[in-house]
Amino acid sequence: MEKEKSVVFNEERCKGCELCVPVCPVNIISMADDINSHGYHYAQVKEQDKCISCAMCATMCPDVVISVYKEE
Amino acid sequence: MKEVAGYPDALTDKQFHYCPGCTHGIIHRIVAEVIDELDIREETIGVAPVGCSVLAYEYFNVDMHEASHGRAPAVATGIKRVHPDKFVFTYQGDGDLASIGTAEIVHAANRGELISTIFVNNAIYGMTGGQMAPTSLEGQKTTTSPFGRDVREAGHPIRMSEMLTQLDGAVYITRVSVHDPQHIKQAKKAIKKAFKIQLEGKGFALVEVLSTCPTNWGMKPSDSIEWLKNNMMETYPLGDLKTPEGVE
Repeated sequence: MEKEKSVVFNEERCKGCELCVPVCPVNIISMADDINSHGYHYAQVKEQDKCISCAMCATMCPDVVISVYKEE
Repeated sequence: MKEVAGYPDALTDKQFHYCPGCTHGIIHRIVAEVIDELDIREETIGVAPVGCSVLAYEYFNVDMHEASHGRAPAVATGIKRVHPDKFVFTYQGDGDLASIGTAEIVHAANRGELISTIFVNNAIYGMTGGQMAPTSLEGQKTTTSPFGRDVREAGHPIRMSEMLTQLDGAVYITRVSVHDPQHIKQAKKAIKKAFKIQLEGKGFALVEVLSTCPTNWGMKPSDSIEWLKNNMMETYPLGDLKTPEGVE
């Protein structure tokens, strides 16, 4: 089901800087309670269906964590 | 599903060592995206500086060369003159380009070397632990100016880009920022223009990118973005300082 997602976060690369959170126009990015192997609370999107594939988060991300897909 | 944003080919898989929220990563990504879009990955040779981005050669998936502190434009000059068919860029911070490497950048620009320079200005020495840089703002607190930069003692923040516009060899000098997605897109456009200027053989181009240093500014990443917007852009106004005719 991974391919069906509009936005995919590479959680292991995320450093939890939260720069992606305020730039999302539909406010669906949150920080996980869980941590990755580096000890960071990674960014995540729980409501994939609300994503509009604008790629603002991927543009802002300093660690190339985010891939964004759009329906053709 | 079509990919609208993803991992550029011109970056290796290696995770950046930069602090959380450091905008070096954004600048690396947009440079890599421009290399991909211009389809010049196989012809590109990059020159890495000394400073936080000293390991840039680990991250760009192109041929890279390390230079001693501040000497990237001199090394790039040599590479470009021996390989005029290659695309050569330098990636330098403000401690590198505006301090120890001032002579090299000034003379490379004055000679109109066919290289492109990405100048990352975060107004502080990052790697060495947050000392005052020539670019630090008036009143800015750093580890070597704990009461704020006193311009009577330490001089004024140096505006390298404005200085370089005086040189006939420099054809494109611009200042951009990466504090929000709109400005990141503009920064990418400016980098693409600078790279095209080299590919068209027009002359030396430099893109100054205002960047953050959350760790050494002592702020959360989100606060450092605000600090850049509210303080740095006053001393370092954005926009084209010198632009050649006929290049989009």
